[in-house]
Amino acid sequence: MDFSTPPYVLGETSVRRVMLQVLLGLLPGIAAYVWLVGASIVLQLAMATLAALTGEALMLWLRGRPLRLFLSDGSAIVTAWLIALTFPPLAPWWLIVVGTLCAIVVAKHLYGGLGQNPFNPAMIAFAVCIVSFPALMSQWPVLGLKLSLDEQFKLIAGLAPRIDVMSGATPLDALKTALKLGEGSVDVPTLLATQDVFGNFAGRGWEWVSSGYLLGGLWLWQRKIISWHAPLGFLGGLSLLAAALWMWSPQQFASPLFHLFSGGSLLGAFFIVTDPVSGCTTTRGKLIFGFSVGVLAYTIRVFGGYPDGVAFAVLLLNLCVPLIDMYTQPPIFGMKNEP
Amino acid sequence: MLRQLFNFKGGVKPQTNKAPSVQAPIGQAPLPSRLYVPLHQSIGGSPNPLVQPGEQVLKGQLIGSADGWLSAAVHAPTSGTVLAIEDHVAAHPSGLPTLSVVIEPDGRDQWAARRPLDHRTLAPERVRELLRDAGVVGLGGAVFPSHAKLTAAKTVAVEQLVINGAECEPFMTCDDLLMRERAEESVRGIAIFRDLLAARRVLIGIEDNKPEAVAAMQAAVLQLGEDYEVVAVPTRYPAGGAKQLIRVLTGKEVPASKRSTELGVQCFNVATVYTAYRALAHGEPVISRIVTLTGNVEQPRNWEVRLGTPLRDLVALGRPKADTSNYLMGGPMMGFAIPDLAAPVVKATNCVIAGSPSLFPASPPEMPCIRCGACAEACPHELQPFELYWFARARNFGKTQEYHIFDCIECGCCSYVCPSHIPLVQYFRFAKSEIWSREREKQAADAAKARFELRNARAEREQTEKAERLARAATARTAERKALPVKADAAASQPAASVEAAVTTSPVDAEAVKKASIVAAIERARAQREAVQPRNTEQLSAGQKKEIAAIDARRAALADPAKPADATSERTGG
Repeated sequence: MDFSTPPYVLGETSVRRVMLQVLLGLLPGIAAYVWLVGASIVLQLAMATLAALTGEALMLWLRGRPLRLFLSDGSAIVTAWLIALTFPPLAPWWLIVVGTLCAIVVAKHLYGGLGQNPFNPAMIAFAVCIVSFPALMSQWPVLGLKLSLDEQFKLIAGLAPRIDVMSGATPLDALKTALKLGEGSVDVPTLLATQDVFGNFAGRGWEWVSSGYLLGGLWLWQRKIISWHAPLGFLGGLSLLAAALWMWSPQQFASPLFHLFSGGSLLGAFFIVTDPVSGCTTTRGKLIFGFSVGVLAYTIRVFGGYPDGVAFAVLLLNLCVPLIDMYTQPPIFGMKNEP
Repeated sequence: MLRQLFNFKGGVKPQTNKAPSVQAPIGQAPLPSRLYVPLHQSIGGSPNPLVQPGEQVLKGQLIGSADGWLSAAVHAPTSGTVLAIEDHVAAHPSGLPTLSVVIEPDGRDQWAARRPLDHRTLAPERVRELLRDAGVVGLGGAVFPSHAKLTAAKTVAVEQLVINGAECEPFMTCDDLLMRERAEESVRGIAIFRDLLAARRVLIGIEDNKPEAVAAMQAAVLQLGEDYEVVAVPTRYPAGGAKQLIRVLTGKEVPASKRSTELGVQCFNVATVYTAYRALAHGEPVISRIVTLTGNVEQPRNWEVRLGTPLRDLVALGRPKADTSNYLMGGPMMGFAIPDLAAPVVKATNCVIAGSPSLFPASPPEMPCIRCGACAEACPHELQPFELYWFARARNFGKTQEYHIFDCIECGCCSYVCPSHIPLVQYFRFAKSEIWSREREKQAADAAKARFELRNARAEREQTEKAERLARAATARTAERKALPVKADAAASQPAASVEAAVTTSPVDAEAVKKASIVAAIERARAQREAVQPRNTEQLSAGQKKEIAAIDARRAALADPAKPADATSERTGG
């Protein structure tokens, strides 16, 4: 009988429950995203989910693990959604399939499956694809581009030519490009005020997607699915560096608010650096981990060659997790005054 | 009075399920047809049986005496006949047998002589002995002999004595009912412990989901004019853990590496205090205890049960429902499934819960750890259970110790909150027992090594001694050969006196000289041996010497029948 080990009562919790709540937490952001770019993102989410579950099933079968138990835990779907939300919404179908399979097959299962991956699978997908297909990964739809559902479907399926008009850039990219082209002659405030791509406090429209993530993230925190340490560390690191440079030269650097609501900042803060498997586990460790990711992400996105730095920052810090955890073990009950 | 309470980290809030068993007062469980009283019912040495099969025993009669200081006596729970002293299934998850005294009650329930005592008139050491001989042990479930906890640390005075009435385990209400119904005696018992420890303050901690118990204890304290503080502590498992309750009431944190008295605090369960009072003030040793019988039964209730009552007889009192699938001893958080209802109620049996598939559903399948850290948040000892789990799984036991596995109190909070349903506590128990068995193995190996080295050293020493002896003998022989003519002369004159027989035949016979020297050598060796070896008759008392003298005299009389009168006179004189 499997009635032999205490405790005989268990809390109402399971991996599936945790993962489902993370998915629920993503919904406000997704809703804003759909409002911004249309149904294409839903299609991307569906394709990523399908690819993730297929890859998961295949690997579970190869590894001789119970299919039903692990397919229903929801972890692959979380990875899939995070990938879909970081890829350009009109990217061809195979791009997201390649990215998702990379995440599930290589980053997750080749390292031992659920709970064993040292790197964040979604960030591996992003990093692999932006290195391998930089052009496709940089084609973001120009806002105001009104494409019918059919047109969007054709673009994603590769049945229509990828017209230049839809190859926009993210607000972060636009800012960086403008500053580079202007060789310092343009200043950020006028740029933000004049260019169509910028909105009230960050990228036009994108600021609301980010706000959606913030809302969902706060809900997860309130539900105690995530702790505040890593997100606060991340947002703190990012905005501290941003604020320092912005105050030093507001002409050259955007405000912390702009950075907080641009690119993957808020998605990263509440859904990426909070990944328990690849992140730190101690409270001090989480703060250090988040802070370092924030500083590194800002550095890469402002001074580096990529439009955003969250993915690389996270992966680099994933490497440091065992070290950080080892040095941040909290003192235990009754040993707080010991050296 | 409002006092500042401290908080302990972690903990969980499982459904308490206490209401069903507090509806009825404590019932007296009827005498069963047989009692199986295990001799070993506490931490420490296993008591030695003092009765024989067929012997009549009285209620409260000592049937097993404490074996050493850390042990507690065992008594007959009623009057009757000892049927056997044999192995009987133990109230233990293993279901292994333990040496038990089987008693058939005679129904008269006749007490042995009881001697009520006032602890204030006795020396502290005597009180501790009395408690040990009355079988007073921690009734919270740990069954640690209480007298062994009643000595203050040498350098630290006991600031607070904590009386534990928290009872944080779900389902369990035996302490609650005890405090409601027998508050006065419980409060009276506290004085014994307070005086032995010379504690300055007494704090009685009760979870705030037991307002009746709090009120009853407060009333008793007031009535007896004591200055004890009855404190309602927030209900959160495991607030009733000794270390957690100490933390909540005093702010002190007792690590695994220290005794609580070293921090000037000590903690006793309220039921223990009650039994200590009965033991001293009424001379009644611990022969029964209050047991909560609850769960999937028609009549959940607390019963005062004789120790040794088979669990089958106890659970029948509650009338288990048809779908009852198993029984737990202890609470659902730290208890265990009873392997056999033939096992008896023992001092550790605070609660028996009838389980059903709907009450305690089977644990969902174990998933991999996702390092979410929920266990670390729930751990009241602020450990990192998931790290311990990884190390235990990898059999990296050194690391588990580095991460403080022995600070784990196995409260089960980590398993309770784990979304992957990992039986973490089992992993920790496994790691602990592996470490213990390795330490035992190492000790055994060390002892064997020491024995081996000692043996080698002895062999070597004997060899060198032999070589030296041989060398000496060789030099002696050469010297002898040189001095042979002289020695022959000497042999003719000197040893002749002692060994006349040899000399008389032929005074100059070399053979005879040799024989004589051998006899002389034997005589010398004997004298030497006697001089070196202390005789075991040397350090004797006058009485013993007299006795030996008497024996020698008898022997002499037997050997020499000619002098019987002497022997008799010696005997009468001795």
